[in-house]
Amino acid sequence: MSKKDLGLLILILVVGAVVAIINPRFLLPINLANTSNLIGLFGILSIGQAFVIITGGIELSVGSVVALLGTLFIDFIAVREMEWPLAFVLIIALGATIGLMHGWLITRLKLQPFVVTLCGLLIYRGVARFYTADGTAGFAFGQNFPELEFLTAGRSWGVPNSFIALIVIAVVMWVVLHRSVFGRYLYAIGKNEEAAKYSGIRTGRIVMAAYVICGVLTALSAIYFAMYTRSISPASHGQFYELYAIAAAVLGGFSLRGGEGSLIGVLLGTVLLQELQNLVNLLGIPSSLNFAVMGGVILIGVLVDQQWGVFRARRRMLEATRKGVAGAAAE
Amino acid sequence: MNYSDPSIVASTDAPFLSLDGVRKTYPGVVALDGFSMDVRPGEVIGLVGENGAGKSTLMKILGGVTRPDTGTITVDGVTHDGLTVEASIGSGIAFVHQELNLFENLDVAANIFFGREPLRAGPLKLVDRARLRAQAAPLLKRVGANFSADTPVSALSLAQQQMVEIAKALSIEARLVILDEPTSSLPIAETDKLLGVIKALKADGISVIFISHRLHEVERVADRVVVLRDGMLAGTLPKSAINHDQMVKLMIGRMLKEREKAAESARPPGSVALSVKAIRTAAYPDRPVDLDVRHGEILGLAGLVGSGRTELARVLFGINRSFGGSFQLDGKDLVLGSAADAVANGIFLVPEDRKLTGILLDLSIAQNISLPNLPAHSRRSLVSASAEAATAEKQKTDLGIRAPSVQTRTGTLSGGNQQKVVLAKWLAMKPKVMILDEPTRGIDIGAKAEIYGLMRALADAGVAVLMISSDMEEVIGVSDRIAVMHEGQISGILDKDRFSQENVLLLAVGKQPK
Repeated sequence: MSKKDLGLLILILVVGAVVAIINPRFLLPINLANTSNLIGLFGILSIGQAFVIITGGIELSVGSVVALLGTLFIDFIAVREMEWPLAFVLIIALGATIGLMHGWLITRLKLQPFVVTLCGLLIYRGVARFYTADGTAGFAFGQNFPELEFLTAGRSWGVPNSFIALIVIAVVMWVVLHRSVFGRYLYAIGKNEEAAKYSGIRTGRIVMAAYVICGVLTALSAIYFAMYTRSISPASHGQFYELYAIAAAVLGGFSLRGGEGSLIGVLLGTVLLQELQNLVNLLGIPSSLNFAVMGGVILIGVLVDQQWGVFRARRRMLEATRKGVAGAAAE
Repeated sequence: MNYSDPSIVASTDAPFLSLDGVRKTYPGVVALDGFSMDVRPGEVIGLVGENGAGKSTLMKILGGVTRPDTGTITVDGVTHDGLTVEASIGSGIAFVHQELNLFENLDVAANIFFGREPLRAGPLKLVDRARLRAQAAPLLKRVGANFSADTPVSALSLAQQQMVEIAKALSIEARLVILDEPTSSLPIAETDKLLGVIKALKADGISVIFISHRLHEVERVADRVVVLRDGMLAGTLPKSAINHDQMVKLMIGRMLKEREKAAESARPPGSVALSVKAIRTAAYPDRPVDLDVRHGEILGLAGLVGSGRTELARVLFGINRSFGGSFQLDGKDLVLGSAADAVANGIFLVPEDRKLTGILLDLSIAQNISLPNLPAHSRRSLVSASAEAATAEKQKTDLGIRAPSVQTRTGTLSGGNQQKVVLAKWLAMKPKVMILDEPTRGIDIGAKAEIYGLMRALADAGVAVLMISSDMEEVIGVSDRIAVMHEGQISGILDKDRFSQENVLLLAVGKQPK
């Protein structure tokens, strides 16, 4: 765990302690379970985003994809009465296809990630609203999917299964990002795509793979979100989720220029964001201020981190100068 | 000032610009050493010299970007110890650089008067577009432009863009226009137009300093030629004495200095490793290149800046596509769609721009070295740090990379050691063809000698080495054969018995060697 991650963890614990002192309900099992469920849902989303950001890209269509794929998933199993494992596989494949399409447009046709995924944001939400005729996708009365519901919205030993899913995914993705050949390529491309290319790396394919991973994880979280809300109005479902994901990555130490950030960082970023949401509810802050609190904390966090870097660089330089002067005097 | 030609001394015009005893040093280098020259109103001076002769420093001094250590600059009768950018512009000195500084998204008139737009009356101070265009039109006419003031710059050819730059110079009432390699990227027909503009400027009494590697163009327009060599005035040629041979003689003018050379080849050159036929690069799409590099030789690729050597290297490494033509490696046809293809075939490039393309400054030495060959340093797709470290340790010892450890961040190393890391990442694999683009630029002498030694060792091990270099002594000292490029084509290949600076330079400017 890097120093940055450690600082973030301490911040999470301090905020948690303060909230718990003011309102002890923070530590009630039901509150912790709810919060960790949300951490699970948003965490899966944010890890996907992190893979794109590490390459220096951005994925803005995440929220709309959550709405579209969630709508389709419920439609597949509730209306079209598809077997849920089949629907599950289809949705994941769709997510992968969306990622592949974005990656292709960005690496082959050289469009800017911001533009491609902004168009995606608009298109997918429009399609989702059209698909339901601006209505709501939901289950009919009495429709039950015991296994699916257990896996997505259930609990094991009191821990939400969505949170357990996040931990499993995080472990796998940690290995991919920090230990695998592919992960090394991602960092290399994020740091300097030209130099990576001059080292014989097929940078286009690697970047495309990052968007596919993001698409798959987004699809997975779309299913989790769908089973959590159980009814989806595509006009608002998943709105701003891309910003939650980007915010988690930025809080976790990712640079939007690429090449920087860790998996633990983005996890902790997600935890802090959900903790703040919870704080707003528990401390009786008007919920309309929700976004303002998040924005303020992110701004302060990034500012402190950046100023700390400047301070350390200055101190290093001063020390070097002092050494240099001393060395010259000795001669 | 003691010019040998009496006709100049006899001239009655007072010079617009004179430099007297200008000296400028940078750490370890004397860029200009007691340089003097003067420019009279309406005079066209051709300024020539090899790469690194001090032309850029001279330009920086005239542009007010840098101050000379000693010496004076007299502009229009006023003597300065050094110019500032404002003083340079204020006294009527204008530059047209090799890389143009135009806003492609704006039109011609907006570019000419950028920052000095005529404004309409009223509180909003809107740009008076009609007046803007009306003011631009006569300037364009003076430079002989055949396009109107409202043409977007992006629609103009390079020569036309240069005309806009010159019109811009006229708009600030420039009295001296300095053209830095204006024709190096122009096709021949466009060049004629530009030379016409120079004559028009002269007719208006405006002085011109024309810097060019293309000696025949200098011959055509210059009233006087000033030759720079090693930061000193090598000589001036009056109009009557301007010819190709004289210029080349003054540009070289010295004996080969004592220097570190790569050892002589220990083996006769082998079969042809890489053979390219009729490939064309984006820089010169109408000029096909044929070239053979043999196993066991160091082939030097000389030529002036802009002659298309780096473009060729990028095509050979698969970074850029070639327009037509074919590649063969050891007699087998080769398709180069990407750098990954080149690397897979054992064709490696040590690029010109080390920090941008050679290495990743943020990665460690070990991570840089393993990057092109990461699958070999991994088990079941997981990177093995110990395998990486082992490879890097071996290269660190073999190449003498001076760093605390192989985990050191590459960005903290000196230029020479960074370059060794670039070499190390390729040496750790099996090179067949090694292309080095300016491998010793910005590197101290000790590290240079080591890099020459490595190149020779590679060649002796049977690798085909292609070295691009603008350093004449390096090319002659290190190569087994020298290919010279001129305007996108191989203008000639010299064998060891015909190596001379003069021959290389003659080929580089498109003439036949002796």
